[in-house]
Amino acid sequence: MARKDELGRWGETVAGDYLVANGYEVLDRGWRCGHGEIDIIARYGRTVAFVEVKTRRTHRYGHPLEAITSAKFARLRVLAGEWCRVNRVHAGTVRIDAIGIIGDGIAVGSLEHRVGVIE
Amino acid sequence: MTVGRTKAIALSGLSGHLVDIEADIASGLPALVLIGLPDASLGESKDRVRSAVANSGCAMPPTRVTVNLSPASLPKQGSGFDLAIALAILAGTRDVPAESVAACVHTGELALDGRVRPVSGVLPAVVAARDAGARRIMVPAGNRTEAELVPGIEVIAVASLAHALREHGADILVPDVDAIQPPSEPEPIPSSRDLSDIVGQPDVIDALVTAAAGGHHMFLLGPPGAGKTMLAERLVDLLPDLDTRGALEVTSIASLARVAQTRKLVTRPPFVAPHHTATAVAIVGGGSGVIRPGALSRASRGVLFLDEAPEFTTTVLDALRQPLESGDIVIHRANHSARFPARVQLVLAANPCPCGNAGVADSTCVCTPDRRRRYLARLSGPILDRIDIHVPVSRVSRAHLFDNTSPRMTTARARERVTAARAIANDRWGQDRPDATELRSGKFRLAPVVVRALDGALDRGAVTMRGYDRVLRIAWTLADCDAVSTPTADHIGRALYLRQGVPV
Repeated sequence: MARKDELGRWGETVAGDYLVANGYEVLDRGWRCGHGEIDIIARYGRTVAFVEVKTRRTHRYGHPLEAITSAKFARLRVLAGEWCRVNRVHAGTVRIDAIGIIGDGIAVGSLEHRVGVIE
Repeated sequence: MTVGRTKAIALSGLSGHLVDIEADIASGLPALVLIGLPDASLGESKDRVRSAVANSGCAMPPTRVTVNLSPASLPKQGSGFDLAIALAILAGTRDVPAESVAACVHTGELALDGRVRPVSGVLPAVVAARDAGARRIMVPAGNRTEAELVPGIEVIAVASLAHALREHGADILVPDVDAIQPPSEPEPIPSSRDLSDIVGQPDVIDALVTAAAGGHHMFLLGPPGAGKTMLAERLVDLLPDLDTRGALEVTSIASLARVAQTRKLVTRPPFVAPHHTATAVAIVGGGSGVIRPGALSRASRGVLFLDEAPEFTTTVLDALRQPLESGDIVIHRANHSARFPARVQLVLAANPCPCGNAGVADSTCVCTPDRRRRYLARLSGPILDRIDIHVPVSRVSRAHLFDNTSPRMTTARARERVTAARAIANDRWGQDRPDATELRSGKFRLAPVVVRALDGALDRGAVTMRGYDRVLRIAWTLADCDAVSTPTADHIGRALYLRQGVPV
């Protein structure tokens, strides 16, 4: 596995732990279909959150959240619908979140959770 | 989350509106959204601000930032809002004391490295800020001298965004940068022209002095090579220096039109000579998006010279009629309007016919009578009627060239006469010139025996009612030039001659 994929995998674990610690129930991780991949699917009460996780080692190339483009979110929207259909989930509210992590694969520098990033 | 606030100035024409800029630092993905009717160059402000902030030792908040320019319905244009937008955002993130930023007006464009670039129209912006009650304004270091021309407001000139942050009390390292200076203008070559360069033409020079003394519009008619352009250029040298208000107005227009970078107050009246291919918009002002002043406003309080006047399109010439009467021009576009000053002294010059030889001794005009008539008919009656002094300029002969006996008038002496005549007029009339009725039948009414020749001309239909009033005004100016308290019949006669000296 390339170093960057390793870091990404680690970031997703960190993000999952963070969500669980904050009262979310993680339903699925790294769910794939023909359109792409959803990093984390988590439930909080009647809300299902589809979470995109971005991890970077440093700030040098900008904040990790800056790397998430609107095209990525357009795809997440489609994927969210697809996941609900396949898993026969009828959620009260569906939401798309983003989590940005700065860390080196061992220690977490910072973690930011943005809730409901697209209207 | 938090909101940062500050103020900037949106200019329309010479008047400016205070614009409130608010930056909301909200949760969400990193984005910078600019709302409140920005034009293209203001829309690009986002990218300049982002780079400048990052290169000034601060960080753009990695969240959703919404910047609103209020009033949201007023169209805003130009790059002068960059500094205010950057400071509003950094006040929102508490990188800089928010109260200090909110209390100050800002203008300036940001370079990507965080330096502040000079912008156009700083002078009218500072005036507008002061008139709107602002006490402090922050301007680019390159515009410092221009901004400091305005009394009654504290001017802070900054070289970079970091410098601006420090001025507001932020704890930040200010790098030592070279302030961006406006492109240097060539040093004006001291004009070597003088009235004494003009050979012969004593009565034209007299007419020129009269025009300068009374601020009368002029029409010079003569063959090519007679010296019409030389004469017109020298008219502006005869005008006295601008007073404080006039100087501020002329400098503001120059700053807005970017005809020159304004380093010091313009104190001499402007001379503007547009080419005859100029469009109506080039003359009166206009343009899409930003309404810019035209040649007419750039010549305000000075001389507007239209050489080869019949070659101008009739639309252009007729567009001058209304501003010549009212002294200002209001330009309307679909979504806004702008008012510019237009107090010019108009000088028209024309050849007598397309070939230029009509009426010249020892030359033959090759134009058909019809062409000749059409040529000058392009100058419409209404525009010529507004011109007080019509002078024929004839070719200079060899006898004039080598005539050293009659003394030539110099610019210095002529300006003395003009200044003296204007002083007399100001003593008599104060700042407000009397209206036509007052001249005709009010307290400045002349004795019937004095105006007999003029009454006769009116009866014959040789002058219009407007012309009648104009002749009275010229007569008063002539009397002032001669330092006589009231015009005599001789002055009326000379005024009639100046008014009708050219048979068109």
